Amino acid sequence: MSNYFDDPMILRQIIMDHYEYPRNHELKKQEGYTEVHMASESCIDDIYVEAKIVDGIIEDTGFEGTACTIATASTSIMSDLIKGKSTSEAMQIINNYLSMIDEKEYDEDMLDELIAFKTVSKQANRIKCATIGIKGFVQLIEESEKNHE
Amino acid sequence: MFDVNEIRKDFPMLQNKKMQNHPLVYLDNAATTFKPQSVIDAVTSYYYNTSCNIHRGDYDLSYQISSEYEQGRKTVARFLNASEKEIVFTAGASASLNLVAYGYGLSHLHEGDVVLSCEAEHASSILPWFRVAEKTGAKVEYIPLTSTGEMTVENFKKALHDRVKVVAVTAVSNVLGYKNPIKEITRIAHEHGAVVVCDGAQAVPHMKVDVKDLDVDFLAFSSHKCCGPTGVGVLYGKYDFLCETDPTLLGGGSNARFDMCGNILLKNPPFKFEAGTPAIEAVLGLKAALEYLETIGMDHIESYEAELKRYAISKLSALDHLVVYNSNAETGIITFNAKGVFAQDAASYLNSQGIAVRAGNHCAKILNEVLGTSETVRASLYFYNTFDDVDRFVEAAKNITIENCVGLFF
Repeated sequence: MSNYFDDPMILRQIIMDHYEYPRNHELKKQEGYTEVHMASESCIDDIYVEAKIVDGIIEDTGFEGTACTIATASTSIMSDLIKGKSTSEAMQIINNYLSMIDEKEYDEDMLDELIAFKTVSKQANRIKCATIGIKGFVQLIEESEKNHE
Repeated sequence: MFDVNEIRKDFPMLQNKKMQNHPLVYLDNAATTFKPQSVIDAVTSYYYNTSCNIHRGDYDLSYQISSEYEQGRKTVARFLNASEKEIVFTAGASASLNLVAYGYGLSHLHEGDVVLSCEAEHASSILPWFRVAEKTGAKVEYIPLTSTGEMTVENFKKALHDRVKVVAVTAVSNVLGYKNPIKEITRIAHEHGAVVVCDGAQAVPHMKVDVKDLDVDFLAFSSHKCCGPTGVGVLYGKYDFLCETDPTLLGGGSNARFDMCGNILLKNPPFKFEAGTPAIEAVLGLKAALEYLETIGMDHIESYEAELKRYAISKLSALDHLVVYNSNAETGIITFNAKGVFAQDAASYLNSQGIAVRAGNHCAKILNEVLGTSETVRASLYFYNTFDDVDRFVEAAKNITIENCVGLFF
């Protein structure tokens, strides 16, 4: 498994695949869904992220907007990965991912295809791109927890 | 004689600078420009040799710097063919345009009046008018652009009507680089009694701008886009209009007298707008920058940039994977995309090859109707760019593909 994810060709394919065929790439805008608009100050990514969170379970995710390869692919992969998980499981994945992006210690096994972004910090100006959609999910999760309390 | 290789020697930033291990090719001149040594020296010389405040200092150093500062105003006036009392120093073109909107627009617009602008206008030229329209009950309307994104006199005439009180237009579009027919627009606007506010940020650095010839009522530009320091810009206004404009800042230096009952006697223009200690070293740097441009000659700059632009377009148009949106624009702004590649990815790829360009998104109308996209890459030339720079850019542009853009991360 880890060998497979060490091959730059494979990692590149993952990003391109999710950029060209993003998953969950629509906003349902139905009851029970919450939405957040993420517009970066430092680049031109401009996306809307959506989730349906019921009793602490992320039942559905979605996103839309104009964004670069890195923003689109990272949001796409994350939207798949956290779907069906509890908010605390999702936050574990997300925090792991953010640690990886920040070049801190992280648990590779939790991240699945998100590993493709492990070298994103090589292009410092793109870290925002790799986290913009993910931070949108964080906001939605935090909001749902606040409402639950 | 215009000799780009000699010119380049004047710019420290053009000496062996590297980016991503490639020699730097700087094509982001519409954002800001590099500074020649004479400008840098003017700035540092202030701190080394004078370092005092202007106005009212009763000692030699202050008197000396006050007159140098006012010499800066004279230089700007000469550069624009204005009179020095019509030159207001501001923090930049954005500050100048805000000053007109809030200082003049707020007190002269009434409910139902119209500010006529254009769909390709820079945010600094249009956002202040949105706010002033909101406060006064005026409306912002737009001159429709042609299918290629150009502003024509004909379309301007169609959009003009009796309620139009202000025409706020740019002389050169920062998105598509077209030269707008400002002189003709101004003539017609004046026939209808409208005031013309011109954003000169992308024009003044690149061509001769004569405010008397254009007859515009206000014109704004930034120092840093024409080889000068950041932090200073200019508002030109016809003197009578400046008299009718309220300062948006009050404070030291802008008043002649005041008393504790709140009576303020303001100075005359331009001084009533310049409260507080200005960016003295930046004004001195701007003076040096305009003198530098004068020695090269604005006509030379304009024709060289047009030649460079045509050369770039001839090379780029041979590349099938690129879409160039403004081939016919005469200024050095090249707006393009690589098909299927997000603008920021393309700009990042060019960065990896040592080429500095900018990805941007544009406000809704122009993009859908003219560009068919909301994000573009902009490469913008200045007179110190070379044909070699263009070749390096074109070579790199050949390789803008999604594979290469994603490849940057591995």
